[in-house]
Amino acid sequence: MHVKTSEGSEIGVLFNNLVLGATAHAGLNTGDIIFQLVAFIVLMLLLKKFAFGPLMGIMKERESHVANEIESAEKSRAEAAALLEEQRTMLKEARQESLALIEEAKKHGETQREEIIALARQEAERVKESATREIEQQKEKAVAALREQVASLSVLIASKVIEKELSAKDQEKLINEYIQEAGEER
Amino acid sequence: MNHGAPTLELFGLTFNLGNVLMITVASVIVFLIAVLSTRKLAVKPTGMQNFMEWVIDFVRNIINSNMDWNTGGRFLILGTTLIMYIFVSNMLGLPFSVTYNGDLWWKSPTADPVIALTLAVMIVVLTNFYGIKMRGLKGYSKNFVAPMPFLFPLKIIEEFANTLTLGLRLFGNIYAGEILLSLLAGSLATGFWGHIVAFAPTMVWQAFSIFIGAIQAFIFTMLTMVYMAHKVSEDH
Repeated sequence: MHVKTSEGSEIGVLFNNLVLGATAHAGLNTGDIIFQLVAFIVLMLLLKKFAFGPLMGIMKERESHVANEIESAEKSRAEAAALLEEQRTMLKEARQESLALIEEAKKHGETQREEIIALARQEAERVKESATREIEQQKEKAVAALREQVASLSVLIASKVIEKELSAKDQEKLINEYIQEAGEER
Repeated sequence: MNHGAPTLELFGLTFNLGNVLMITVASVIVFLIAVLSTRKLAVKPTGMQNFMEWVIDFVRNIINSNMDWNTGGRFLILGTTLIMYIFVSNMLGLPFSVTYNGDLWWKSPTADPVIALTLAVMIVVLTNFYGIKMRGLKGYSKNFVAPMPFLFPLKIIEEFANTLTLGLRLFGNIYAGEILLSLLAGSLATGFWGHIVAFAPTMVWQAFSIFIGAIQAFIFTMLTMVYMAHKVSEDH
């Protein structure tokens, strides 16, 4: 690739390269200065218009996108926390309510039980009373019937035994006296 | 290596056509890389878009390490163009150089002191321009007598020293790299054994030159932002 322009020994070439390299082009290349400046500025403007401008726009867009995402994530997290809190309080309320309901039901049951018991007791009392009364009635009826029968039987027996010694009237009177006595002694 | 330069006189200006060619090539390459990698822009980046965004973020970090983003944001495109242009320029001379009729045509444009210094002068002028624009003539002038008035001559010298060091650092590094490459390839690689011997050091030096080229592009951009921050920041 390199065209050697200087003749001579290797050492001479090396030496010449080192010394002469820097002064290869004498004089100030004013055109290069202008060209470099123009080229750089044009390059910068072109890059700004066609490459970096859009790229930075995209980067900014991404930045704002990320920021938005973070913001929305934070918002939804706060929302979720609020909802959780709400749910928690609702649960608590429901629990309390249910406890109150149970308590009330218990109380209600208690009173109902007492009512039922009282009612049953009353009923039983009533039934017992009526039964007692009936028993009493039946007893009295029976006693009356018995008394009547005993009287007539006694008269029959007595009349059969002492048929001939007493008149029927005397007999009855006598038996009644005995029965009276018997009733009083009892 | 004692190449001449293909010069051309036009409108009283001297053009080195080799430089003109290489500046154009470097600009076109940078433009193509940037434009081709930003053809399919998407919020979810893919392929080359990632690379361009990485470059921009890299320059953004350089700016952020020197000044506030509110003042430095406007220099992002300048910095990105600078770093890409200088890097590509530095790389151009590495694979080969072309001489035709004893004139050097293909090389790194930044291996020419005129071009490196042109870039440096452009940067220093820009820093002064933005210094006046953003802080006003008063604030800009005050910068020259701060912190002590007797430092004024030093401040003036500093401007020129900055320009010289900024340009010559770039030129020196790249030019030295190319000199050694052309020595290795052109002078040592003569004859069969010469090629064998020259192969390994050429490889090594090319790798090192890639590193140097990247570093110099970074340093140039970094120093641009440092000088810029000196001029445009309220406190430094």
